[in-house]
Amino acid sequence: MESQTNDFVVFEKIDKSYDGEVLVVKNLNLNISKGEFVTMLGPSGSGKTTTLMMLAGFETPTNGEIYLQNKPISKIPPYEREIGMVFQNYALFPHMTVQENLSFPLEVRKMNKSEVEEKVKKALDMVELGEFGTRFPAQLSGGQQQRVALARALVFEPRLVLMDEPLGALDKNLREQMQYEIKHIHERIGITVVYVTHDQSEALTMSNRIAVFNDGVVQQLSTPDILYEKPENSFVAEFIGENNTMLGTVKKLNGEYCEVDLDSGGTVKALKINVGSIGDKTKLSVRPERVVINSSNSNVNKFEGEVEELIYLGDHIRARLNACGSNEFIVKIPNEGQINLKEKSKIQVSWEPSDIRALDYN
Amino acid sequence: MEVFISTTEQILTTDGLPLKVSLKKAERKNKIRAFLLVFPLLLFILVTFVVPIGDMLLRSVDDSHINTVFPNTFEEYRKWDRNDLPPEEVYEAIFFELATGEGIQVGKALTRMNYSKSGWKSLIKKTRRQIKKIYKSGELPTSYKDTLIDIHEGWGDTLFWISMAQMTEERTLIYYWNAIDRTYDIDGNVVMQDEKRRMYVKTWIRTLKVSVYVTFFCLILGFPVAHLLANLPLRYSNLLMIFVLLPFWTSLLVRTTAWIVMLQQKGVINGVLVWLGIIDDDQRIQMVYNMTGTIIAMTQILLPFMILPLYSVMKVIPKSHMRAAQNLGAKPVRAFIRVYLPQTVPGMSAGGLLVFVLAIGYFITPELVGGKDGQLIGHWIAYHLKTTLNWGLCAAIGSILLAVMLVLYWLYNKIVGIDNIKLG
Repeated sequence: MESQTNDFVVFEKIDKSYDGEVLVVKNLNLNISKGEFVTMLGPSGSGKTTTLMMLAGFETPTNGEIYLQNKPISKIPPYEREIGMVFQNYALFPHMTVQENLSFPLEVRKMNKSEVEEKVKKALDMVELGEFGTRFPAQLSGGQQQRVALARALVFEPRLVLMDEPLGALDKNLREQMQYEIKHIHERIGITVVYVTHDQSEALTMSNRIAVFNDGVVQQLSTPDILYEKPENSFVAEFIGENNTMLGTVKKLNGEYCEVDLDSGGTVKALKINVGSIGDKTKLSVRPERVVINSSNSNVNKFEGEVEELIYLGDHIRARLNACGSNEFIVKIPNEGQINLKEKSKIQVSWEPSDIRALDYN
Repeated sequence: MEVFISTTEQILTTDGLPLKVSLKKAERKNKIRAFLLVFPLLLFILVTFVVPIGDMLLRSVDDSHINTVFPNTFEEYRKWDRNDLPPEEVYEAIFFELATGEGIQVGKALTRMNYSKSGWKSLIKKTRRQIKKIYKSGELPTSYKDTLIDIHEGWGDTLFWISMAQMTEERTLIYYWNAIDRTYDIDGNVVMQDEKRRMYVKTWIRTLKVSVYVTFFCLILGFPVAHLLANLPLRYSNLLMIFVLLPFWTSLLVRTTAWIVMLQQKGVINGVLVWLGIIDDDQRIQMVYNMTGTIIAMTQILLPFMILPLYSVMKVIPKSHMRAAQNLGAKPVRAFIRVYLPQTVPGMSAGGLLVFVLAIGYFITPELVGGKDGQLIGHWIAYHLKTTLNWGLCAAIGSILLAVMLVLYWLYNKIVGIDNIKLG
């Protein structure tokens, strides 16, 4: 059965179960184009690593088929897939030098010596480790090991590269630096990358598109901005970025908007995204930076609140309010000079109907 | 307060003391405490390890006792031109030394003389009383040589006098030469022992062979088990670990005799083979009381010593390594050989060295199941220790064992590197 799409990688109706009782991946359909940087983002146990391992060939799909360049690959063993992979703890071979680690995939492919040398040198230069070829992995810092792992995954010019939380073991600064480095290498050589992480800022920084996993299902597959601005369900809204959640019941449907009675009282006009019919429960989601305080405009969505806590963060002030039935209602107030707020003071919050999204109640 | 820091002179603390002095002072208490903590162990090692080994090494070259019993005899003996029988002076000296020597000391010396030539002890025992009688009567003979030969013709046997050449030095290598089937001739040259007295070289070779075989089989059998242990889910691996350790909770003697039951000609294995019709009743295989039995039983008994170090090494090899190797394009066999196997070398060498060391000095098992051609060198140590009381030879054999181990250790360090050893 040949898949008829032009996509580079296609997951088609993939189910995966380890024990025959629980599905860790449910009906996964995912298309990845050539040259794309796709991140699978999700909490641990959401099935993202399993999906990656199926692509690499270390796990077999229980149902469905994975296509690579329009060819089914379920029957191809991992060593014939021509897919590079950066492992979580790098999996560098400790008994080989950096050079030997890098030439391993080339020697296995019976490349001649001068070609191997040339490619290894090129790969090492790419990750700026040209001087470190004769060292053993244990003699390198975490960041350097990471680069060696990256170079090793790329040196044999695989069809695509998989990365399984490759930056998880690095400290924060190095992690951010490596994010840009990987992103730039991707842009430079144009290879297709499938990246797994549970760190949303990492995903947002690097990816062309992000597949948000939860409970074995892709919740949403979009570009980073769409994912943040227009989450399609409450899991994505809560998982990505900061978010104020309100519970309520749908009162009225009105075109692309709906009116929702909050459990804590009052009515909100919100974008109708993922709600049932009138009378159904819904979760409303609004980003903290879209909430305006003490607005003079006559907004529809206007509520009273009390300041619980103020945190000065330089460019903005983070206020925790008791509003709309929650004492975790967060507002980010831009620092535009004079801000006159005191803890325990009464405050008015409001937002545009187009900034609040009515989502599934789950 | 100010801190004075000068780069050329010594650095001072805030209170003006030199930093080094201050540091020493602060550390002294800790050092003393640490020393006191290890002191009992140090003493224990000294008493139970260093001293006995030192004693063994000394004993293996020591021949001083007999030199205190027969000093004059040996002095005269050294002047002898080694033709025919010794001159009169030698006979005279030994006559007086036997007549006046203290019973116990002479007795000890006789035991020693018997190592070099059996018959010495009985010869002197038989003749000593008469020598004493002549000495006491005061009528000293004109020719001691003739007198002694008259008392017992053994005194005229050149073989006895030839063997004396081995005893005349306080420090001697004779025990070492004996331990490899060699001895001194009358001129002090090293020559082979009599054909029928050559048994050590054979045993040495057999000991090394058995040890190599046992180490090899332990590695072959232990590797897959250790691999399973390291990779099975916890509940299975725990069960397997209990099976591996079970032999430790059974007496060595019980295990060895169990092997006799299994392997003997009327034993379980032969019985089953005959019952299955694979072999005829009169073709029962001889699997015990020979080298085969020794190798089988020792392999089983020493197997845990191979499995445990291997296991501890394999346990920490990340599973992702094999995956990474395959991901990079290596087939499983190649990935195993290039990536997994090299990482188990520390475990293999630790286990191999451990099993080899234990095997080379093994005693009980080969003694019980070895029969005549399954005996290892430990057999001779025990034999001379208990039966002939030739402790010099025991010490020499033991020292050679020690030397073999040190050489192996040195070789191992040269080839693999001692840092590459990992026991847990």
